[in-house]
Amino acid sequence: MIANYGYKDGSGEFFIAIDTDKCNGCGDCVPVCPAKLLAMADDEYDPLSEKTVVTVIEEERKKIKYSCAPCKPASGRGPLPCVAACEPGAIAHSW
Amino acid sequence: MAELQEFWRWTEYTWNNPDVDWRKAKRIAAGIDVGSVSSQALILADGEIYAFSNLRTGSNSPDSAHKAVNGAMKDTGMELSNIKYTVGTGYGRVNIPFANRAITEIACHARGANFMAGPKIRTVLDMGGQDCKAIHCDERGKVSNFLMNDKCAAGTGRGMEVMADLLSIPIKEIGELSYQVDTEPAPVSSTCVVFAKSEALGLMRSGWSKNMVLAAYCSAMAHRVSLLLGRIGVEDQFFITGGIAKNPGIVKRLEKELGIESVKTKYDSQIAGALGAALFADTLLQKGGA
Repeated sequence: MIANYGYKDGSGEFFIAIDTDKCNGCGDCVPVCPAKLLAMADDEYDPLSEKTVVTVIEEERKKIKYSCAPCKPASGRGPLPCVAACEPGAIAHSW
Repeated sequence: MAELQEFWRWTEYTWNNPDVDWRKAKRIAAGIDVGSVSSQALILADGEIYAFSNLRTGSNSPDSAHKAVNGAMKDTGMELSNIKYTVGTGYGRVNIPFANRAITEIACHARGANFMAGPKIRTVLDMGGQDCKAIHCDERGKVSNFLMNDKCAAGTGRGMEVMADLLSIPIKEIGELSYQVDTEPAPVSSTCVVFAKSEALGLMRSGWSKNMVLAAYCSAMAHRVSLLLGRIGVEDQFFITGGIAKNPGIVKRLEKELGIESVKTKYDSQIAGALGAALFADTLLQKGGA
């Protein structure tokens, strides 16, 4: 399942997409996020499965445009820490 | 003084199936959907819909949940202790004291839509009171991709209520009236409820009829949710849940914009969340929960 966390408002679309089929539950992405947006939890969108996957913390979902900004400087942007840390490639940003 | 009319108000009601005797049922499971605007409780007896209620949410989730479940149990002789497993969903889901488990409304809407409109449903759009969810699901009603916009109430039921109140038009008539225009006007430029309200006032002052303003607002809302759906892709068959599904002013414009018809069913679109929750409760009960 692809879970899109984030929002769309007048200034654009801001979504972190997590592919829970690719996520192996290793948790490597959690400590590398400087804004501490990520956490490991039960897959809440598939209540009958027992799998543990990465999610964007609920209180953070409506402000990721700002929380993620330090990793996305306008001049010369390197790989995003969360995306780089994810070996199976389960994390993607929409902006 | 003339009595103040509440144009935004929609009808609250409860329903139960008199042909079913719940006392004979082996499994009684309930789903409670405490949303931002409306609350529903739905009771399943052996996996069949037995009773439900559709009421307005109060300022307090536990009270709204009790009111909803009591509404569904009205005239049935059933008591809360007869319900073996309860799943809570919606905004107030973590605050329902008698629920055995809370499940996100995204999973519940997909499951409910799967039951209501059949296993061919792939795209579900839930247009709720205060948010909008685009969901892609598989033939078992399991979510495979979703997107929720709950940061902004533009394009939601609450926005429609505000517009109904502003124009003094009963909310149920908005859909019909929005087509009683000579030419379809351009959509309002902003779907933000606050901005749209002032824009609507401005348009009326410049001579637009109420119906024109409604048409402009409905098409702006339809356009906004179609953009949201574009991100996850619209796959046949398409189903709309939530209160706005009852507003043809939005539904038909959205269908036109997407070029795809939505599936219509005999069920009330507002109960999809509670129905999904009750179906999960029924499954968990069979797995030996509670």
